[in-house]
Amino acid sequence: MTSLSCGASVAVRPAAVSAQGWGWQHAGRAKPAVRSLDLDIRPGERVLLLGPSGAGKSTLLHALAGVLGDMNDDGEAGDSDESGSLLVDGAPPREQRGRAGLMQQDPETQVVLSRVGDDVAFGAENLAVPREEIWARVHEALNDVGLSHLPLDHPTAALSGGQKQRLALAGILAMRPGLILLDEPTANLDPAGVLEVRDAVVRCLDKTGATLVVVEHRVAVWKDVVDRIVVLQPGSATEEAVLLDGPPDQVLAEARTMLIAAGVWVPGFVPDTRLRGQEAAAGAGSLLLAAENLAVSRERARRRGFRKVPPVPVQAGISAQVRAGQALAITGPNGVGKSTFALTLAGLLEPVAGKVSATLDLSRGAGIDPYGWKAEQLIERIGTVFQEPEHQFVTGKVLDELLFGPRHLGHGEERVDELLERLRLTHLVDANPYTLSGGEKRRLSVATVLAAHPQVLVLDEPTFGQDANTWAELASFLSELLDAGTAVVSVTHDAEFTAALGGTEFRMAAAEPVAR
Amino acid sequence: MRQELNLRGNQALLTRANPLSKFAAVFLITAVLALSIDWVSASVALAFEFLLFPLAGLTLTLLWQRGWPLILAAAVGGWSTSILAPDSGRTLIDVGIWTMSEGSLELGAGFMLRGLAIALPAVLLMSCTDPTDLADALAQKARLPHRFVLSTLAAMRLVGLMAEEWQTIGMARRARGVGSRGSAAQRIKATLGQSFGLLVQAIRRASRLAVTMEARGFGGGRRTWARESTFRPLDIWVLSGGVVMAGTAVLAAVSLGTWNMVWLGS
Repeated sequence: MTSLSCGASVAVRPAAVSAQGWGWQHAGRAKPAVRSLDLDIRPGERVLLLGPSGAGKSTLLHALAGVLGDMNDDGEAGDSDESGSLLVDGAPPREQRGRAGLMQQDPETQVVLSRVGDDVAFGAENLAVPREEIWARVHEALNDVGLSHLPLDHPTAALSGGQKQRLALAGILAMRPGLILLDEPTANLDPAGVLEVRDAVVRCLDKTGATLVVVEHRVAVWKDVVDRIVVLQPGSATEEAVLLDGPPDQVLAEARTMLIAAGVWVPGFVPDTRLRGQEAAAGAGSLLLAAENLAVSRERARRRGFRKVPPVPVQAGISAQVRAGQALAITGPNGVGKSTFALTLAGLLEPVAGKVSATLDLSRGAGIDPYGWKAEQLIERIGTVFQEPEHQFVTGKVLDELLFGPRHLGHGEERVDELLERLRLTHLVDANPYTLSGGEKRRLSVATVLAAHPQVLVLDEPTFGQDANTWAELASFLSELLDAGTAVVSVTHDAEFTAALGGTEFRMAAAEPVAR
Repeated sequence: MRQELNLRGNQALLTRANPLSKFAAVFLITAVLALSIDWVSASVALAFEFLLFPLAGLTLTLLWQRGWPLILAAAVGGWSTSILAPDSGRTLIDVGIWTMSEGSLELGAGFMLRGLAIALPAVLLMSCTDPTDLADALAQKARLPHRFVLSTLAAMRLVGLMAEEWQTIGMARRARGVGSRGSAAQRIKATLGQSFGLLVQAIRRASRLAVTMEARGFGGGRRTWARESTFRPLDIWVLSGGVVMAGTAVLAAVSLGTWNMVWLGS
């Protein structure tokens, strides 16, 4: 309504992209991130970029958005090395502020300001759009991404991940860009959030006709809405960076095997994983850990003056059992407290009410309540793998990282070599954990926790953002552990992963709002 | 932290004043109070400040919840001053090395009231000022460079996130066998490790946020403002209110003979 009253909105002019022999080397890196790239994208085309990690997909998107490299005050690239040419509408992207809009993976850093309306207006303000026009654009953009029901002063901190990404899209739309760049926009979202964001993107493209370049591992999400798939590979002096280029169905048919080998999630393909041993899967192992009438919250009791106020639990009345050799998948929509429950079960958060108790098989003299255990007692009983591997790195070398647990415990160092071998980390022993790729970080974080040989393994969204190869390796490895008698508790949205591990599904639904 | 910076639901009159005029009034009052340790100027200012509570949408309960450390600090400061200050007048309590006399009690009370009277305006200001509006006023009216003001504002939003991240990293490290319990030395070591982890994450987040801002055209020369920061008649009232409060406090203290400039000694 607002957009109509302010006159017809300015039509968006779709942008053309042209790369000729383009290459980019980040300052201080030995190898170029992109080398000899030749690519032409016509105005209004919708392109899905695929390729193994290290093929330079993100670098290309950043370059198109004009945010690549360490720029000095004159807007020239610093020590980085650029070759060939990369043009948007015939001019370098850096000189065209606002011509392209970029959305990245982490929803938290896609939001700039603390109120919804202000955040959407931010980009338009920077482009010096007149004030009345800004607010017209804000209303229109919020409407286009399906967030118009929120008041303009709604706090952005209160939005879900999918809503934050849609808000970021609205902020981009308010700049009226001719080129929309999405860098794994849905990797951190649950399945509902993925569709929410994808549909909002498609709606906006249909309306504005802007050019789209999207990078994403999960091909099925974007296959039907793009005109073209471009597969990149790490370029070299002899080979071009573009490996394949064509209509989605054709590329997927031609390169299916190659894409699968590269770990791309090709539609209709679920990687093979090791099957659970029949006997092991059927027999229920001994009880290790039980939650009774548990209420959980991430917050601790707050001090209000002299009073201590217990936190409002995100979920209450949870009862569950963890048995040796059994997989327990905790599922349910975002925000119902799945991770919070898992972390409480793992002895990392204090229960708000109810209790978590370890049986004698697990506690082995350490006491009933896992939260009361010392850190050294905890890690050889319950191991927890966090969603973000970097949170768990405590040393500067892969090998030290693996030896850390055993050294603290004073035993178990001999198992480290086997884990390195099994999780394909042997060639990385001297590397710094922070410099590994996403899949390597995930494998390392699982290996480090397993080095302490826990009887219960708790994993928080272990498959988020992982390519198909890492996914399959992880699922097979966990199924081996299960057969060997380890209990595996995983918080996950991934139905295929749950199926691959078998076992019980523990579905959590939204809690009734607690009256206070 | 994230909720407490949020003003939603506060419809009080002072939320509509320009943050700059509120800031100027607060500055005037605290500057005057900082000049003298005496109980008259401090109590006059305090009385005015309590009268302002409803105008800022602050209640005593909210004040206690948000500002109890300040109140406790003022009380402790007053107590120790009254014990340790040089004695004058009749001695009230004498327990060995601790003595409290009329003179030192007066000084102690003055110290406590002054502490409160200086701290309260800041609490009042924050309870009726949205950080975004403050940034708008600083950039548009006070003409501070907008790159600096807006970057600070965006970074402030990350502070709340970092508080959550701190907790997560603490748990993640416990799951690796790094205890945060134990002797003082062990705790300090654990805290240092955890701080490093937080620093790494903070830098990652900050650089991603910087890319987001740059991709939205931030950092160019000219920009417009979706929200115009304006001065209204209300702001004249706010400013004159500040002048009246500061003036009355000084006049009352001078006329009652308690005005006591800090640097002249007591």
